[in-house]
Amino acid sequence: MALNTVDARGRSCPEPVILTRKALEQFPTGVQVILDNTTARDNVKRFAESKNYKVAVKSDGEDFVLAITK
Amino acid sequence: MSSKKGVILAGGLVGLLSVLLVHFGNPANMGFCIACFIRDTAGGLGLHRAGVVQYIRPELIGMAIGAWLISLAKGDFRARGGSSPFTRFILGFFVMIGALMFLGCPLRMVLRLAGGDLTAILGLVGFTAGIGLGIVFLNRGFTLRKTYSLNKAEGFLFPAMQIAFFTLLIVAPAFIFFSESGPGSMHAPLAIALIAGLLVGVVAQRTRMCTVGGIRDFIMFKDTHLISGFLAILVVAFVGNLITGNFKLGLEGQPVAHNDGLWNFLGMVLAGLGSVLLGGCPLRQIILSAEGNIDSVITFLGLLIGGAFVHNFGLASSAAGPTANGKVAVIIGLAVVVVVGLMNMNKSADVTMKGDVKLGA
Repeated sequence: MALNTVDARGRSCPEPVILTRKALEQFPTGVQVILDNTTARDNVKRFAESKNYKVAVKSDGEDFVLAITK
Repeated sequence: MSSKKGVILAGGLVGLLSVLLVHFGNPANMGFCIACFIRDTAGGLGLHRAGVVQYIRPELIGMAIGAWLISLAKGDFRARGGSSPFTRFILGFFVMIGALMFLGCPLRMVLRLAGGDLTAILGLVGFTAGIGLGIVFLNRGFTLRKTYSLNKAEGFLFPAMQIAFFTLLIVAPAFIFFSESGPGSMHAPLAIALIAGLLVGVVAQRTRMCTVGGIRDFIMFKDTHLISGFLAILVVAFVGNLITGNFKLGLEGQPVAHNDGLWNFLGMVLAGLGSVLLGGCPLRQIILSAEGNIDSVITFLGLLIGGAFVHNFGLASSAAGPTANGKVAVIIGLAVVVVVGLMNMNKSADVTMKGDVKLGA
């Protein structure tokens, strides 16, 4: 199933986490987040896991794609 | 090392090294103080002529080089910039004015608490209030917009500048200033300070340690990750100060501090609010600068010029208390930073959502 996508590339923390939180409020079943730095990757992953989501991290060139699902 | 255990160990190491640096000659409760060190470096370079705070601090150089090398090794180094650069400069400038009203960056605030300096409590209250206000802006869509990829060479300039500073420190040409009295004259031997800086640079880069981020994430997301590092610094420095005999509980006569509660509070409101809008405390800005983040380099320049202005215009507090000029500057700073916050909010957070969330993408 295709997930709704949050493109948070170029955003510095905590913005990617805030965007992810908003997106999960709107789409509680899951979203996909595109990030371009390791700090944001780790912060978004930690946030989603603290909300009991499963997080799969994939590298895509210089970017990271996080699939966040229940 | 990105686990919570790593953050706690890193905080403990920062606390330990801070105590050791004081033991080896740094001013009391100033094992590490990013704002003080940047101000001293500005003085060493002759950007201000306050004779008591002039010394190119090797700790800063070590931190930058340590963070640069480890970020290269671990693949975190990435040259990027272009996210509201001049706004960041201005925010950095006023963070310095707030910090030097209080006489310390957030890291030194923790170290002052760990040394029994109770005047730092109102600083902490102000710092937390400033962060709380910043969070209101963040939750209403405050953003300094996107950052963009730059050539790798751009990212190497900041570490190169640090190496240039180090060369000036070693060669000590006549135009470089060295305090003969006051806090600037008190420093651990160069090699010890440099190595301590390198170690802190490495662990702070790996763990993303940040004093502002600690309190911010705890308030915003109930996330205790970064704040546990903050607490580890406090506990280890407290125990270390007890052992080395540098713990002195009280409000009066604290080293490089004053007991004007209102201005300790307001100074740190300014530092906390400015830092949260910047996305990180002065320590974090140094680490990010070394990782190739040019937005943080611009912030560093704001801090550096801020440090120079503070002493050229008589804005800095001293043990005797704040100055009239300093009070005016902090009030102006609070007004400017609030306006910056208001001017950079997206009108509606929902608009951002529609732009950023693509259905079925």
